Amino acid sequence: MTVYFLCVVLLTMGLYCLVAKKNIVKKVIGIVIMEYAVNLYLIIVGYKTGGVAPIVEPGMGETALERFVDPLPQALVLTSIVIGLGVLALMVSMCIRLYEKHGTFDMSHISKLRG
Amino acid sequence: MKGLTVIVKTITDFVVAFIVIFGAYIVLYGHLTPGGGFAGGVIVACAFILLMLGHGKEVAFSRLGERMGHVLDSAGALAFLLIGWIGLAGGYFFLNVFGRGDQFRLLSSGMILPANIAIAFKVGTSLFIVFAALAVFRRRSFRSMIEDELS
Amino acid sequence: MNLVPLFVAIPLGAAFLIPMIGFWWKKSGEVLSTLSMVALSVMALASIGAPAVVHHMGGWAAPKGIAIVADGLSVLLLVAVNVIGLLCIIFSLKYMREYTGLPKYYGLFMLMVAGMNGVVLSGDLFNLFVFLEIASVASYALVAFGVEADELEAGFKYLILGSVASVMILFAVGTVYAVTGSLNMADVSRTIAAEWAGTEMNPALLLAAALFLMGFSLKAALVPFHAWLPDAHPSAPAPISAMLSGVVIKSLGVYAICRVFFNVFGFAATSPGSVIIANSMIGFSVLSIVVGGLAAVGQWDLKRLLAYSSIGQIGYVTLGLGVGARVLATGESTTLAALAIFGGLFHLVNHAAFKSLLFLSSGAIQSATGTRDMKLLGGLKERMPITATTTNLAALSIAGVPPFSGFWSKLIIIVAVVRAGHFGIGAVAIAMAFVTLVYYVKVQKSVLFGDVGRSVEQAREVSPAMYVPLVLLAVVCVGFGILAVTQPAIGERMLGPARDVLLNSAEYVKLVLG
Repeated sequence: MTVYFLCVVLLTMGLYCLVAKKNIVKKVIGIVIMEYAVNLYLIIVGYKTGGVAPIVEPGMGETALERFVDPLPQALVLTSIVIGLGVLALMVSMCIRLYEKHGTFDMSHISKLRG
Repeated sequence: MKGLTVIVKTITDFVVAFIVIFGAYIVLYGHLTPGGGFAGGVIVACAFILLMLGHGKEVAFSRLGERMGHVLDSAGALAFLLIGWIGLAGGYFFLNVFGRGDQFRLLSSGMILPANIAIAFKVGTSLFIVFAALAVFRRRSFRSMIEDELS
Repeated sequence: MNLVPLFVAIPLGAAFLIPMIGFWWKKSGEVLSTLSMVALSVMALASIGAPAVVHHMGGWAAPKGIAIVADGLSVLLLVAVNVIGLLCIIFSLKYMREYTGLPKYYGLFMLMVAGMNGVVLSGDLFNLFVFLEIASVASYALVAFGVEADELEAGFKYLILGSVASVMILFAVGTVYAVTGSLNMADVSRTIAAEWAGTEMNPALLLAAALFLMGFSLKAALVPFHAWLPDAHPSAPAPISAMLSGVVIKSLGVYAICRVFFNVFGFAATSPGSVIIANSMIGFSVLSIVVGGLAAVGQWDLKRLLAYSSIGQIGYVTLGLGVGARVLATGESTTLAALAIFGGLFHLVNHAAFKSLLFLSSGAIQSATGTRDMKLLGGLKERMPITATTTNLAALSIAGVPPFSGFWSKLIIIVAVVRAGHFGIGAVAIAMAFVTLVYYVKVQKSVLFGDVGRSVEQAREVSPAMYVPLVLLAVVCVGFGILAVTQPAIGERMLGPARDVLLNSAEYVKLVLG
């Protein structure tokens, strides 16, 4: 239970970074922390103490099945890391473009639209 | 002089080929051992990124041009999609219509191997392109930042 | 052999092919995307009224493999996405010529269509998330496509908020997997119905429901989560604004809310926590209607006004669905729930038609006059008769003037709300319908009629490539309105299957798992 709680703490730290920081690069870092918190959460969901890789080999007893780690969350995390990578590349390139336009990373100087 | 010191350049030249071979191994044996198209593609892309860091982007682009990179990137994705379409001929999208072969042989498990190779092309080239695009960006915008600081 | 996966495979293939051959053949985007959108629209229209189909990817059966499900609701959204996508592509052919990097534009457009088709067809929670991300990433890039200061800022804002939504959705998907041990929607639905029926809500599931609701509401721009929309929609190129407002917020937001809450969590009287979810849906909807409507009145930027109006109208859609959900959750009459859901879905389709028409018209006006500031416009009826007429028809329709389609859908929603006993909410909905009329009268007065504005003097009617999509959409708007009264059977044929999917989640489970 504690580990799940710590995941949520990490998530909130990312959210804090996103909301409180004015620098857009730091906002991007906040988003990345949030994504990694959720990835960590998914990994913990599939974790098993003393688990083994889920590869079925000939002559394996029924008891071995019990010790298999659930591979699905790991596949999910791999996918979400890849998606996160794509989004991160887009975010960073937008930050650079914004810097080119405004000469600053400070959101309070950039923001002109009213929301 | 472009790039880093001569020590880094020499080591880079020496290491790059091995990294590419290791990446290719990870891709080709992805269906037998841990690894696969994504991991192998990332390793191959790392070789090119190392080249770019060591020698500057001109040398890296001479090995893999920007347009060539884009074309390989799309071609990898299209090849992966094509594998799905081949499966559709058997009734289901991504149905493994090729023979499964003997377990633990290189040419086994049907479409997993071609799919891994397609993914490796897609991931390797697109990571390289992303890095190259950001590096080109960096040169332009940070020079102006430094000039601002100095003036 | 069924061809449902082609709805994802065709646009995905086009999305990768276009930038690749775009290096050599500059027209690749125009030709390939038009061809694939025509094929997709024909396929989507052909599947209206066909029996629901389930496609098992790779031949693996449903709970283990990934299912692609094309039932009534999916087909309804597929028709909306692909037909409006086709019209937006036709409009882009001329409109987008002033931009550079067109193969990238068409590639991203097709990627967005692939993502939306995938979201709509997915029978698996994680695949829903992946396709949602594909569509979102493409739309972030498209909003910032002009790479001017405003576009970049709006795109960045959209990107940040969209990423937060994605994180929430992924968190919820993980929680659902941890609790039920499955990601297949039908399987999760069966597990929830079997293990938690009639009990207190499992706290983990309640957390997942709250996260899903927040995440999808952010994508749908319901009011507490709407901050990105009024910036993103005006900044995007006009065909993209039309896509974003017309179908993206619906397929990524409203459809996902419907599918996850009606079919996975379930709104049966015994379903855990369903009343809370339904109440929050109604709450967000009412807030959206009020805030979106009132904010739209004060706008002088035409596209910004339309963007705020989108928030309000999406509120009507989710109000219908939310009231239907609440009636189902409290176990009152099913016919009333059916009426409310029918109204919501009808308004969804109508809004897709007239809001994309309005955004395309605003694009035509901007390209002819060079401005979208309503103070500089006026008297367009003289100079651009066709665009002005189509805009006028759409404005009348969205404002809820009787013979047009928008009136009937709002009427059904309000009748359902009042019959469900929510008199206060009904009154608010009626009042805000008049506010809608007020700001569209403002559009008519300051853009279409009145004195010829400063920017309009040199304006000429846009070329046929741009007004043909407008005329087609105007025909749809008027046609829906007339058909809704004279031929109820056609409406039933289009919307009935979608409504039945939402009413009966047990049917969905049976369809997917056999």
